Amino acid sequence: MNKILHEILDAHRKKGGNIITLLQGTQEAFGYIPREAVAFFSEELNIAPSRFYGVATFYAQFRLKPIGRHKITACCGTACHVKGSDKIINGLKRELQLSAENDTTVDGEFTLEEVACLGTCSFAPVVLVNGSVRGKTSSDTVVKEIRALRKKEHE
Amino acid sequence: MVKIRIDGRSIEVPGSSTILEAARQNDIYIPTLCHHPKLTPFGGCRLCIVEIKGMPKPVASCTTQVAEGMEIATSTDAIEDIRKLVLELILSDHPNDCMVCEKTGSCTLQDLAYAYGIRENEFSGERRTYATRDGNPFIERDLEKCILCGRCVKACDEIQGVEAIDFGYRGFKSKICTTYEEDLDCEFCGQCVAVCPTGALTGKSWKLQGRPGGSLREVDTICPYCGTGCNITVHVKRNEIVRITSAEDTANEGWLCVKGRFGYKFASSPDRLTSPLIRRDGAFVEAGWDEALDYIVSQLGGIKSRHGSDAIAGLSSARCTNEENYVFQKFMRAGVGTNNVDHCARL
Amino acid sequence: MSNSTVVRVCMGPGGIAAGGKGVLDEFEKCLSEKNIQASVRENCSSHQVGCLGLCARDVLVEVHTNGAKTTYQYIKPDMVERIVTEHISGGQPVSEWLVDDAFSAFYKKQVKVVLSDVGKVDPEDIDAYVAAGGYESAREALTAGSPRDVIDEVKSSGLRGRGGAGFPTGLKWELGRAATGDIKYIICNADEGDPGAFMDRAVIEGNPHSVVEGMIIGAYAIGASKGYVYIRAEYPLAVERLKLALHQATDRGFLGKGIFGTSMDFDIEIKLGAGAFVCGEETALIASIEGQRGMPRPKPPFPVNKGLWQRPTVINNVETLANIPYIIRNGCAWYASYGTEKSKGTKVFALTGKIRNPGLIEVPMGITLREIIYEIGGGIENDKNLKAVQTGGPSGGCIPASMLDLNVDYDSLARAGSIVGSGGMIVLDEDDCMVNMAKYFVHFTQTESCGKCVPCRVGTKRLLEILTRITKGEGRTGDIELLERLSAGIKTASLCGLGQTAPNPVLSNIRYFRDEFIAHVRDKKCPAKVCREMLSYRIIEKFCRGCGACLRACPGGAITGEKKKPHVIDPGKCIRCGACFDVCKFKSVEKE
Repeated sequence: MNKILHEILDAHRKKGGNIITLLQGTQEAFGYIPREAVAFFSEELNIAPSRFYGVATFYAQFRLKPIGRHKITACCGTACHVKGSDKIINGLKRELQLSAENDTTVDGEFTLEEVACLGTCSFAPVVLVNGSVRGKTSSDTVVKEIRALRKKEHE
Repeated sequence: MVKIRIDGRSIEVPGSSTILEAARQNDIYIPTLCHHPKLTPFGGCRLCIVEIKGMPKPVASCTTQVAEGMEIATSTDAIEDIRKLVLELILSDHPNDCMVCEKTGSCTLQDLAYAYGIRENEFSGERRTYATRDGNPFIERDLEKCILCGRCVKACDEIQGVEAIDFGYRGFKSKICTTYEEDLDCEFCGQCVAVCPTGALTGKSWKLQGRPGGSLREVDTICPYCGTGCNITVHVKRNEIVRITSAEDTANEGWLCVKGRFGYKFASSPDRLTSPLIRRDGAFVEAGWDEALDYIVSQLGGIKSRHGSDAIAGLSSARCTNEENYVFQKFMRAGVGTNNVDHCARL
Repeated sequence: MSNSTVVRVCMGPGGIAAGGKGVLDEFEKCLSEKNIQASVRENCSSHQVGCLGLCARDVLVEVHTNGAKTTYQYIKPDMVERIVTEHISGGQPVSEWLVDDAFSAFYKKQVKVVLSDVGKVDPEDIDAYVAAGGYESAREALTAGSPRDVIDEVKSSGLRGRGGAGFPTGLKWELGRAATGDIKYIICNADEGDPGAFMDRAVIEGNPHSVVEGMIIGAYAIGASKGYVYIRAEYPLAVERLKLALHQATDRGFLGKGIFGTSMDFDIEIKLGAGAFVCGEETALIASIEGQRGMPRPKPPFPVNKGLWQRPTVINNVETLANIPYIIRNGCAWYASYGTEKSKGTKVFALTGKIRNPGLIEVPMGITLREIIYEIGGGIENDKNLKAVQTGGPSGGCIPASMLDLNVDYDSLARAGSIVGSGGMIVLDEDDCMVNMAKYFVHFTQTESCGKCVPCRVGTKRLLEILTRITKGEGRTGDIELLERLSAGIKTASLCGLGQTAPNPVLSNIRYFRDEFIAHVRDKKCPAKVCREMLSYRIIEKFCRGCGACLRACPGGAITGEKKKPHVIDPGKCIRCGACFDVCKFKSVEKE
């Protein structure tokens, strides 16, 4: 981890940046913001760690907990909403046994993210499975895909 | 200087003032919760909104600068309705346990609720609930009472330069957070406690000791801890110090350090020395002041005549005032005759 | 060009989502295979084009051959070979895959300015943009005229900010020019956060150079030496194409030191947003570029005087900037010839919801809603009845079906209680509940509130709670009036535009659909049958074939019944999720 953090810091010093760009670099490398990263940057750059925490909790992009191996992203934009994204999200939550506090399954396999509008409204409702688009989809279809991914893992 | 009119009164104020400052300088009352005269304006509570002639919407007086010829109304029916609504909203997310709150009697929110006669609240709904768990011995943080005015964050940053806390999360979930929401770990100067307008931040040692204005006697004095000489107000219950505060209109502007604000328990500690002790046969024995001073004089005199002045050194304390330290060095140099004089703050 | 064959595959967000990459690869494969036998390689090329607009029919493929353009819809990779064989080699288009009449109707009423080069020029190739006249406007502005000329031209064009508020762009630039500072900034706001809007994304993905050129011209007008594009990280393709465009423009000397051979230095840097709708607000956006929490600051001072790092800063939206090169090129009179007296030019809308032809459209300001929905959009999906059109997203409101002849421009929409906004246009039909829609938008703004000021932080929360209890059938007498009082207070007292406009969807829905609110509060009924808690599901015995589909779909185990015999729903166990209703092929599940 230390080596990667040093790389992010070097890039920051070369190109200029700020708390947000540092956290973006960190999240890109680790999938979330580890405490060690905040402590490291705070120490190196003499910026209070409370500032990092304030920024990290403000923006939806940043995660403070590790992300699941598979990422399901459900769009909650208006077009998806009127086409039933609620049903999809509820269906996925049931399938993955997630709660309001936990967006990642206990086994760390799946993370369900809800995002505001992916800009693919013509294909509403939209779900991304590991970053690739599933348009005009349904809860059933995504659940089937999740189960298939699970099965694959077990093989 | 610019000429403006507030509520029909013509006044002249410096062009750099905000409307709120102009009003306060002229004894015109505008309510506010998030504004603090020593901190940069925030503009979050929206209680200080006023109407300006020619502006389509009310503006926050704490963040709007005056301009020549401005005509300001601070208390129209429409404005007062909105203030009441805003207060109702704040109170709808507040424990409202004034009966047992340390801040009762000195709480700005309580005063405003009283002034606007808010008892029933149409907007009852979800309240933020947090577990209190700070392990530190000084500052009690009850974040359910926090109205997110941001004064503590600014005091910590702008006054103390510590930045131990910041806003965290957003929207209704907003919360004043330490890093990763761990227990508060800072200088514990308590400037945040001093500026908090509600009972969200209080002194742990104040708990259940009595509230200002009630049975407590207030005594203005000078902090005994160091030569800075901060003005403090000692709150006394049955001849015992139960709280220390400092007024904003003093030399130290109401700011104190952890010792001055929270370190008052020594005053009534049974371990505190109240009379001089002289070591006799290896044990300290209580003595009178005259006896002690005579003893010092004879001992110093003896050392000086046997070994010379430079065999003596004097060590003073940061807890003495400048004047006391001056007298002490004078005594060492002129009286004892040595330059061997030093001070604990240098060690 | 006349005898060269060009195949264009839609690779916009819609195209990619529908499998455009596979189609593109297949074309390349097929063409190169053909090439060996028929040696058509030199005449054939595949351009990756941006958004053609009608994403619902993706993958759209255009074949330009012998000077004629043929467009195919719903193309899948396995259909490519036949097109190559029959059409490109054989000269005979595959008629059953061609676009239908609705497709041409989609384009007929549109006027393309911002989107005029989208889909025509390769967004990843600066030469394509230059060949189409790109960067000539910037060169002309910088070398032949003064900043004052540019400002006058933009002022006369009547262009107003396309991000939502509609502030006159020329005036903003004039204020930026007049502001004093050792350095000035121009920021392109590409933080397109409105749910249901993707205009900016399409423009950047389809023609990033037009935005870059617009920024160069704007920077010249105000005297800025540094530009930022603040763009959502959720738009990876747009970010990638913009990066490439900046790189190419720098290589050409259009960005950097002494651009276009003048003494002007100008650079553009990309800043990625981190997921906060409020950062579309100017002062919050500035805080975010500075690396802080995106909490708005009080105005005044306005960013144009004290913006990024306390320096004069002009912030323009993507679409606004993308208009600039075309205005300079064709003249302000040309631009002002479109639109209405106070709303000039064209506007891009993302037409979505219950519409037959959802997609990206560009129309002259002042066009009626009827034209947009029934002529361009092809009417309502599944022959349902139009109920309302939502414009302006969470800051806007709805226009009821009865006002279809309303002109779409800043002032008419404002009078009707909505806004043009950034350009989301969501069509709602009889199956949409207006209380639920209001709740949806308030939920959105509530979670996106920065939390700084009380009216927005607590007020929107209470709005949401009241709306939630109404949709649950727990509404109380006086709730509608309470919503109105609270909304009015939030609008007046909030610190920034987010809070000041957050109650708009509530107020506008109450204004036009008060009866629906009353039905919820007083009668505990949701006329559109959307609000779950007020619904009950029942299986109609005579229609049920006992296929068991509902039984399998029911997550709560509320349905019982033997095979091939009518099933029943236990209302006590039913969680009203509607799964049975959706799966039943015989319409035997009834909801009321």
